[in-house]
Order: sequence, then C-alpha cells, then structure tokens
Amino acid sequence: MKTRGLIDIAEMTTEELDAMMDVALDIVENPAKYAESCKGKKLATLFYEPSTRTRMSFESAMLDLGGSVIGFSDAQSSSVSKGESVADTARTVECFVDVIAMRHPKEGAPLVAQMNVGIPVINAGDGGHNHPTQTLTDLFTIKRELGHLDNLVIGCCGDLKFGRTVHSLVTAMSRYPGVRFVFISPEELRIPEHVRSEVLDAHNIPYVETTSLEDVMPELDILYMTRVQRERFFNEADYLRLRDSYILTPDKLVTAKKEMRILHPLPRVNEISVAVDEDPRAAYFRQVRNGKFIRMALFLKLLGIEVK
Amino acid sequence: MIIGSIRDGIVIDHIPAGRGMELYSYLKLGRLDCEVALIKNAESGKRGKKDIIKIGAPIDINLDILGYIDTGITVNIIRDGQRAEKIHPALPETIVHLIKCKNPRCITSCEQELPHVFRLTDREHGVYRCMYCDTKAEK
Ligand SMILES: [Zn+2]
Repeated sequence: MKTRGLIDIAEMTTEELDAMMDVALDIVENPAKYAESCKGKKLATLFYEPSTRTRMSFESAMLDLGGSVIGFSDAQSSSVSKGESVADTARTVECFVDVIAMRHPKEGAPLVAQMNVGIPVINAGDGGHNHPTQTLTDLFTIKRELGHLDNLVIGCCGDLKFGRTVHSLVTAMSRYPGVRFVFISPEELRIPEHVRSEVLDAHNIPYVETTSLEDVMPELDILYMTRVQRERFFNEADYLRLRDSYILTPDKLVTAKKEMRILHPLPRVNEISVAVDEDPRAAYFRQVRNGKFIRMALFLKLLGIEVK
Repeated sequence: MIIGSIRDGIVIDHIPAGRGMELYSYLKLGRLDCEVALIKNAESGKRGKKDIIKIGAPIDINLDILGYIDTGITVNIIRDGQRAEKIHPALPETIVHLIKCKNPRCITSCEQELPHVFRLTDREHGVYRCMYCDTKAEK
C-alpha cells in the first residue's frame, strides 16, 4: 500500500530510494543550498515512547532545512495519557504542522495516524515492527561508504531473531542485484523462518548461516552488528557463554577486508569494543550523521520541495 | 436424511467438512427468520465429505467470507426451484472485521474501535496479514 508519508520501506521503489540518496548526497556536499528550503514548514515529533537519538535526528534534520519543530517525547506528557486515540491526536496535530514523525510502542500506530490525516506521516519506529528511516540510514551509509549497494556480501551479527533492523535491512537490500548474506548468530537467535522463506528464498538470494564470526570475517563487505540482549536467553549461563563470541574486538578484525565497513544501529552496549572505534572501518558514528542527511532528503521528498 | 428442496434461496455447497458451523456463525445465519439447514459430513464424490448449508430465502451472502474459508465452496442461487446461478467465490483482497489480529503488540489490541483489516499478501498460498502489524492470519 502506498501512503502519503513513509510507513514501511517497502512502499518505496528502488528509483525513489536512489533519487532520495542522490538528494542526501547533494545535501552533504552543499548544505548551504538547503539551509532555507523548509522555511515556514513545521514538523511534529509525536514520540509515545522515548527514543532520544531518533527524535533528535528528525528534529535536527528539520532545523537544518530551516524549518521548525514541535512535539512530545513521551506519552506521559501529552493528552495521550488521558486516553486519546492515535487518530484523534493525529487529526489535532495536523492542524498545526506540515509533517508528522511518530514513534509508538504499538505496531501499526503510525499507519492509523496516516489514515486519518492528509499530511505525510513518517513511521519513526512502531514497536518491533518497522523503522523505515533506520533502514534508509543503513542503505545511505553503505552507499556513501562503499559507493554502491549491489554486489555486496553483507554479514549480520548478533540477535537476528528479534532484531527488526536486520529484517528490514535484509528486505530492503534484497532488491539490489548480486547481494549475498551471511548470518552470524547463536543457534537460539537465528534469522526467523519467515524472513528466510518470504524474503531470501522468494527472491533467490544466496545466504549462509553460521555461529562463528571469525570464520566468515574475510568475505564480508559489510558487518552489521546488533546487540545480544540478556533477556533473550533462558538462563544467565547461556547468555554469558554466547555473549563474548559476538563481541567485536580489534583482534577479530585482523582477517577482515581493508574496505569492509562496520555498521550498528546504536545504542551500543558492549557488542563492539571501544577499541574498534578508531579503526577506519568503524562506520557507526558516521551512520548517525547519515541518518540526519537522509531524513532531510525524506522531508524534501514528502513535502514536495525541490531545491535547484 | 432428506432435506426439503428450496424454491427460492441459496445452497452453499462443498464446504470443507467440519467448517459448516463456523461459516454459519460468520454469515450470522442464526439471525435469519427463514428456514436454514446445516448438513454435516455429507458424502461428496470428489472430496470425501463436505458440509452443506441451505437457506430458504434469497439473502445477500458475503462471498468474501466464503472465499476466505475455502475457494472450493460453491454457491448455488435457486429461483423457482431451479438453479439460476452458480458462483465460485475467489480469495478476497481484503477481509474486514471477520478475523481479529491476535498480536498483543498490534495497535488494534489497545484501540478497540479500529477495524480489523487483513490483506491478501500471497495469493498462491492464500496468506493474509494484518494491515497494521503484518501478523499472519491463522486459518
Ligand atoms: Zn495486527
């Protein structure tokens, strides 16, 4: 289903994605050209659960385009705590702003908002479901770091069972030719069956699954790290036994390609050792910066603003 | 067993055996004043056993529900004691209010007034998913 805003990355065609990344690249190179492009436009960030970095990324993107921002950063401080429906909140906020970015713990809430308003709604994360601007950030980072999105070996490491960023990344990357996946996880946290059958097998995308990061390190072009969370394990012993195998340290990187890039959706806890940060292959803080640029490009696209 | 023939009405035939009662409640046939017969486990040449529903009035049938239950179901419209029309329901593109999303994290779980909408996402395998959270409908 095509909506006015961005609810699910699957709504975007490859051409639209590529065009947006071109705009984002131009913003990186010529920020001054865009500094006033959203003057008079207003963004509402409706965050029903706190996610400071995502909210700040959206807000700074709008501010850097010359627009302004209103909103709330947790449900307690808003009328939502009085039991207002998502639809009513969206309709009310629509009277004040030009675009909404919504984060909500319930899956599908941003879609409900979009169905009730005429302005674009951006899904800024709905529970464990979709988080399309994170995926845009990931794609744009790969594009900037390596120059292309096709013909890549992408390693995903950590919690692949519950990690929605990985599922979205796999789905989004499956549209580019020559992409191959390597899934590195403990047995308990393997990539779910539905991703294998409905995305990978359905598009004939080659992939391998392994429990050893060291074994596959030399073949990777991208290493996408995620957190292995304690609460995913039945007992502490399993968690402690497995945790260390999925912590990235400089010695594990010895066999990696020079051009390989390490991505992480952040926040990191301990799955990437701080000593890795100095490695030029560590791209996760550049990834945060890219998140702002691609959100700027997204605002321009959704608001129909072309900057010459 | 003999069921009286119908002059004007509908015969829903080739219902998978055991699902007639479910269909009866989906179609809210209990609310009708006319004759309604539910026949369970009737002999069927091609499928072993089947259920049949006979309705003694020309009511509107929600074909989407039938298509969702099984596309092998046939609907015979009876006029003046003759079969006037035979309909094979297809898989509907969307199903509204018929199945409920069971995902506790879905927005429909906390906002009761939202319509439960499922979309056909894989026609080949007849897969329906919740419009809001993409959870697969359980058949
Ligand atoms: Zn749902």
